[in-house]
Amino acid sequence: MARYSFGGDEHIAVEMDEAMSLRAFFGALSICNAVRDSKIPGVTEICPANASLQLRFDPDLIEPDDLMREVKQIEASASGQKQALTTRIIEIPVYYDDPWTRETLMRFRDRHQDPDATDLEYAARINNYASVNDFIAAHSGSPWLVSMVGFGAGSPFTFQMVEHEKQIQVPKYVRPRTDTPKQCVAQGGCFTGIYPVRGAGGYQMYGITPTPIYDPTQTTSYLREFMILFRPGDIVKFRGIGRDEYDSLVEDVKKEDFFLKQRAISFSLDEFEQAPAFYNRQVLEALDGH
Amino acid sequence: MVIEVIKPGLRTTVQDLGRPGYHHLGIPMSGAMDRYALRAANLLVGNNEEDAALEAVFAGPELSFTDRRLVAVTGAELPPKVDGELRQTWEAFIVEPGQILSFDFLKKGARAYIAISGGIDVPLVLGSRATYLLGGLGGFQGRGLATEDRLQLGQSMARTPKSTSVPEDLRRADPGEPVLRVLPGLYAHRITEEAARGFYEDVWKVAPEADRVGYRFRGGRPLQFVPRKPPFGAGSDPSNIVDAPYPYGSIQVPAGTEPIVLHRDAISGGGYFTLGTVISADMDFVGQMQPNQKIHFTPVDMNAALAARRVEAERLERLRSHCV
Repeated sequence: MARYSFGGDEHIAVEMDEAMSLRAFFGALSICNAVRDSKIPGVTEICPANASLQLRFDPDLIEPDDLMREVKQIEASASGQKQALTTRIIEIPVYYDDPWTRETLMRFRDRHQDPDATDLEYAARINNYASVNDFIAAHSGSPWLVSMVGFGAGSPFTFQMVEHEKQIQVPKYVRPRTDTPKQCVAQGGCFTGIYPVRGAGGYQMYGITPTPIYDPTQTTSYLREFMILFRPGDIVKFRGIGRDEYDSLVEDVKKEDFFLKQRAISFSLDEFEQAPAFYNRQVLEALDGH
Repeated sequence: MVIEVIKPGLRTTVQDLGRPGYHHLGIPMSGAMDRYALRAANLLVGNNEEDAALEAVFAGPELSFTDRRLVAVTGAELPPKVDGELRQTWEAFIVEPGQILSFDFLKKGARAYIAISGGIDVPLVLGSRATYLLGGLGGFQGRGLATEDRLQLGQSMARTPKSTSVPEDLRRADPGEPVLRVLPGLYAHRITEEAARGFYEDVWKVAPEADRVGYRFRGGRPLQFVPRKPPFGAGSDPSNIVDAPYPYGSIQVPAGTEPIVLHRDAISGGGYFTLGTVISADMDFVGQMQPNQKIHFTPVDMNAALAARRVEAERLERLRSHCV
């Protein structure tokens, strides 16, 4: 069973597992969905996360112990369910090893594990890739699942959909940077994230995407209805691009009729776990419209 | 119908009671750090208690008025002046067109709430007028006030306040002892029993890094962790966890050294263990603490947290019946 705790008099935290896995994420997501469907009075916010979830509640409307009991019952009846998801796959173009990310990381070498290498060179080496290009091929070759949105506004935590032993892992900077380029694609632990705005950060920086993921002005075409792109459960495919394509995409995303490449798909955890590489090929074919 | 900003103060923002509902997408609730003081200021000038007002931290702004308004300043002891003449805090006063509202030096507390009859009329963003600085969202153009900004005011309310001052016993009293009550839990099992005892015994001092995101503390002993093999995805530092949501008021201690209490502009989640959560009744007080202030954390149970919450709710009821 999951581990339950109160976060003060207004929150309940539920940890599915200490370790990250797709199964822990799907367990948390299905409890969140069941709590939402049950419309328990007094529950004000439902936050699915990587391997846990958090509920916010109003203790003037529901006794904390009563809510805890109800959520445990929901967990018990949700367990053993088929873990499937109707979601979408979105392609995010990434200019890996771009000049702005490189300029930024060079300014913070004194805070890094390996001051003589770039973040990409370091990540490739400690994950046993022969070259940066091989590493980028692995990073952009298999899709990533959005297992949490947060930290900053709209910032995704994505977990790569590959066998456990193929997971790329990197430590965070020894001391956090005070600067990160806007829309930087970066990794910490097993998670790849995208920085929605310029600011401090500790993830290893790999590149930059020309596509905004948070737009409080809601002028970007695909963020007009809501200012945040990602939802937990989205699947992301990174695609490496060069300088020319980056420059033209920067102009394109300003146009009224620009849309991200994305397709609706259904995802089954059981089918994925049986044959991850085969399953991913189908997912990526769906993105290309086959 | 507008006020003009002559000087912005240190960091003055438009705040209301916040925008809950988007924590799962990384947007915090924001809103007044001291919610009770915001409500009181609004009630004193005949506004609805959730209307938008100004939150000034450590130093007040200088504002020029273009029409006749009722104004009230609550929260921190930041004495207001109209054309240089002192006015009382926790009392409504009139500012005439052409007059200038400014402030004397801060005497006590950290954040003052400046309510103006009619409220600050910035656009509603996701249901609130509160400013979220890190996300550049809401408030006045998503940022703090700057010189020469012109803030639109709402229509003055028809309601005449029943009372133009808040009696002493309904003001935010100085707590006799500066103690923050904590419900232990979350990832508290990551530290040793002795470390937990030390955390609640030690005197902590508010660090200069104290803002709307969170309050950092220094001065206590470093925490010792229970040894473990790092779970997959957590990170190698003993204070790391697989990134999880952070409750408002939760206490994280990166590397076991400096506790941080997350506040209204909280980072919504991250990879540091948390050892408990400051109870909701004490969150307003956190927002009034100054750097270098000494405090204790003390553990309480859920019943004590709910009892403290009822005390706060009863005081708010008395404030409402006094003002409306």
